[in-house]
Amino acid sequence: MKFGVVVFPGSNCDSDCYHVISDVIKQPVEYIWHKNKKLGNYDCLIVPGGFSYGDYLRCGAIARFSPIMKEVIDFANSGGLVIGICNGFQILLEAGLLPGAMLRNKNLHFICRFVKLKVENTNTPFTSKYDRGQIVRIPIAHNEGNYFIDDEGLKELQKNDQIIFRYHGENPNGALDNIAGIVNKKHNVLGMMPHPERSSEKELGSEDGLPIFKSIVAWLGEK
Amino acid sequence: MMFNVEIYISLKKTVADPQGATIKHALESLGHKNLLDVRMGKFIKIKINSNDKSQAEKQAVDFCQKLLANPVIEDYSIKIEEVK
Repeated sequence: MKFGVVVFPGSNCDSDCYHVISDVIKQPVEYIWHKNKKLGNYDCLIVPGGFSYGDYLRCGAIARFSPIMKEVIDFANSGGLVIGICNGFQILLEAGLLPGAMLRNKNLHFICRFVKLKVENTNTPFTSKYDRGQIVRIPIAHNEGNYFIDDEGLKELQKNDQIIFRYHGENPNGALDNIAGIVNKKHNVLGMMPHPERSSEKELGSEDGLPIFKSIVAWLGEK
Repeated sequence: MMFNVEIYISLKKTVADPQGATIKHALESLGHKNLLDVRMGKFIKIKINSNDKSQAEKQAVDFCQKLLANPVIEDYSIKIEEVK
């Protein structure tokens, strides 16, 4: 079992993800530079948060054309597990691996704090270690987390059980239908605005993100 | 021939524009009470070499569809003029 963390110029949560995989769940992990044209042997790819290419043009719009993304798309299309966190989620949206787009937060502020999420679907490789309906505390840190999709797309997401996390109690950024995280139709690609890698150790104030990484390990182990 | 390509990108009418709404509010606080709507967008200026205008136009559409605009949330319009 091997994890890969994709690194773009401007990624800044790559080390956090690497740390959680290597030191907390103790699994093999490597950084993958975005200029690589060939992907090695990985079982799960993490597209981390940050400000790839300075968020120029639109968040994730430029990173989406980095050489490694062609490999990431092929990997995802062949059923490989991919998780995009925050800017990683935005990159996966721009790459078309997940439906929808991000708008600026409704209040136009960069929001960096803990929020409550409701786990809506535990029948995915990323969430089997949660209970359905469980309320978890995971931090967000973003300026463009206001998820948008057209009516038809939203119905598709709801019908296929693709909404994995919803903001609970309050909607911090104006996201449609309180959406905080979604998967693709095949349920092998997850995008989420909250940062599970920042909430996987007691010392950081919450361990509620850890089940995501444990779920992945369990799913890969069973495979 | 050289062409000036001007590309305007704005949020679709069906998409809420919190920046536009905030700008409208600020302008109103300056005393402008007759504003009906404010929308915020992007303006991108590109100079290109091309044999003819329609070729340049085709290329500009390609810029927008592949990179400059996100069709989920944005519309674009293109203005092209030959530089004499």
